[in-house]
Amino acid sequence: MSALLSAGALVAVTAWYWQLLTVLLVLIAVLTIAAGLIWYERRLLSLVQDRYGPNRVGPLGLLQVLADTFKILFKEDWTPPFSDRRVFVVAPSLVLVTALLSFMVVPVAEGWVVIDLNVGLLFILAMSSLAVYSVVLAGWSSHSKYSLIGGLRAAAQMVSYEVFMGLSLIGVVTLAGSFNLSDIVAAQQRSIYYVFPQFIGFVVFLVAGFAETRRIPFDLVEAESELVAGYHTEYSGMKFGLFMVGEYVAITLVSALIVTLFFGGWLGPWLPGVVWFLIKTLLFITLFIIVRGTFPRLRYDQLMALGWKAMLPLSLLNLLITGAIVVAGAG
Amino acid sequence: MSPDRPQELRPRIPAQTHPPLTTDVVVTGHLARRGQPLVPRIGRTVWSTLVGIGIVISHAWSSRDTVQYPEEMTYLPPRYRGRIVLSRDPEGEERCVACYLCSAACPVDCIALQATTDETGRRYPEWFRINFSRCIFCGFCEDACPTYAIQLTPDVEMSEYERPNMVYEKEDLLISGPGKYHTHDFYRVAGLAIGGKGKGEAENEAPPRDVRDLLP
Repeated sequence: MSALLSAGALVAVTAWYWQLLTVLLVLIAVLTIAAGLIWYERRLLSLVQDRYGPNRVGPLGLLQVLADTFKILFKEDWTPPFSDRRVFVVAPSLVLVTALLSFMVVPVAEGWVVIDLNVGLLFILAMSSLAVYSVVLAGWSSHSKYSLIGGLRAAAQMVSYEVFMGLSLIGVVTLAGSFNLSDIVAAQQRSIYYVFPQFIGFVVFLVAGFAETRRIPFDLVEAESELVAGYHTEYSGMKFGLFMVGEYVAITLVSALIVTLFFGGWLGPWLPGVVWFLIKTLLFITLFIIVRGTFPRLRYDQLMALGWKAMLPLSLLNLLITGAIVVAGAG
Repeated sequence: MSPDRPQELRPRIPAQTHPPLTTDVVVTGHLARRGQPLVPRIGRTVWSTLVGIGIVISHAWSSRDTVQYPEEMTYLPPRYRGRIVLSRDPEGEERCVACYLCSAACPVDCIALQATTDETGRRYPEWFRINFSRCIFCGFCEDACPTYAIQLTPDVEMSEYERPNMVYEKEDLLISGPGKYHTHDFYRVAGLAIGGKGKGEAENEAPPRDVRDLLP
C-alpha cells in the first residue's frame, strides 16, 4: 500500500488522470461543438437567406439539436440487402474516427493537448487521407449508381487536393521548423501570425479545407441536385448521422487547423487561451457556412482545373519563396 | 385520285426565305476572358468572390420572408378555396335546394346528401355530409351550385387528430349568414311557388303566362 502511494507513483497516476481528463474534455467539447454546428449552420444560413431557421424548439431553437438527434436515433437503420454489408457498416464510423483522432494533436491552449506529437501535422494529413477511404468505401459498398459516382468523385477530388493541401503547409513548417502544432503556435508567439508571411499558403489551405470537408463549392461528392445524396444515398438512421457529425467535426478540425497554423492558435491578449482558440475557430466555422450560402458548386472539370492549374503552382511558388527567404535569413 | 398529279391537289409552297442566321454567339464566362491578361482576370475573380460574400452577409440585416404561421397569418383573399360552408339567404332560410349537383360535380365524391321537402313544398337537404379527408378543395361544387348555397371560404385551419372528425355534418357546415353573396335569394328569382309566395310573385319574376293565349 505504501509502495503504491509513493511519490513517483502518485505523480504518474496524477499525470494519467490528467491525460484521461484531457481526452474526455477534448472529445466531449468537439462532439458538442459538432452537434451545436447543426443548429448554428441552419440558423446562420437562414440568416443570410432572409429566413429564420429552426426557432421553435427551446430558446432560439437551440434544442433542435436534441430533437434532431433523437429523431435520427429512432429512425430505422436500414442496411440495403444489395450492399456489401461489412464495408457498408464500417465506412461511416471511419469518417468520424479519423476526424476525432486528428483532434488528438491540436493544442487547444498552451500545454493542453492530448498527445504532443512531434509529427502532428503529418499525422493530421494522414488522417485526412484516411477519411477519404470512408467516402470511397461508402460509395463502393452501397452498390448504387449515385453512391458509386459520389465515391469516384471523392477519390478524384482527394488525388487533386491532398497534394497541394500538404504543400501549402510546408511553408508554415519551414518557418516554424517543426511539425509539432504546439511548436508552430509557439513560433508564432516569437514572430507574427503566419497568415502574414504565409498568405498564399493560407489561401491555398483554405481552399483545400473546403475540398477536404466536401462542402460547397466542392461538394460534388454529395451534389444533391445530381446525385441524390452522393456517397451516402443508401445510408439512413444513425449511419447517416455519423457521416453528418463527421462532416461537422471535419469543419471544426479544419477551422482549428487554420487557427493553429496561421492565426496563432490560443495566442491573444486579455482572455484565456482556450477562449481565444474557440473564438477564432468559430470565426472560421462561420466563414465555412457563409461560403456555403454564397457559392455554386464547381463542375467536375473546373475542380480539377482549379486544383492542378491554379492551386498546385501557387503552393509550389509559395514554397519556393518561403524557402528562399528562410535560406537568405539563415545565410 | 391519281398519284401522278399531286401538284394540282396540293400546290407547292414556295421555300421560305429568311435572313441568314446570325453567327454572333455571345460568349460569356471564362471563355470570354480567355485572351485577356492573367492578372486582371484573377483580380476580377477574387473581387467578385469577395463582393459575393459581402452581399450574402448583408442579407443578414434584411427583413425576413418567413411568415411565422401560428402567430402570424398570411392574407387569404375572400375567394380563397378553403373550408366549405352552406350559406343562408338574406331571410335566414337555407339556400340549399338539395339538387345533388354539387355531389355530382365533386371529382372525389366527398359530398353526400339526402333531399326532402318541408310542409310548404320547399326542398332542403335532410342531411348533408362532406368528407374533408377526401376533399381536394377544387371548388367545382361551388361552381355547380345553382343557388349559391355551397361556398368555399378562406379558412384552412381544419386539422384533426382523429380521421372521423374530418367528416362534417350539416350542422357543422351550415352558417348563419349569406356568405359571399349578400343579397341573393334563389326563391325570389326562381319562379317557383313555395309557402308564402305564389308562382311569379317575387320581385324579379314575371307572372306566369297562359300559354293558350299564344294560340292563333
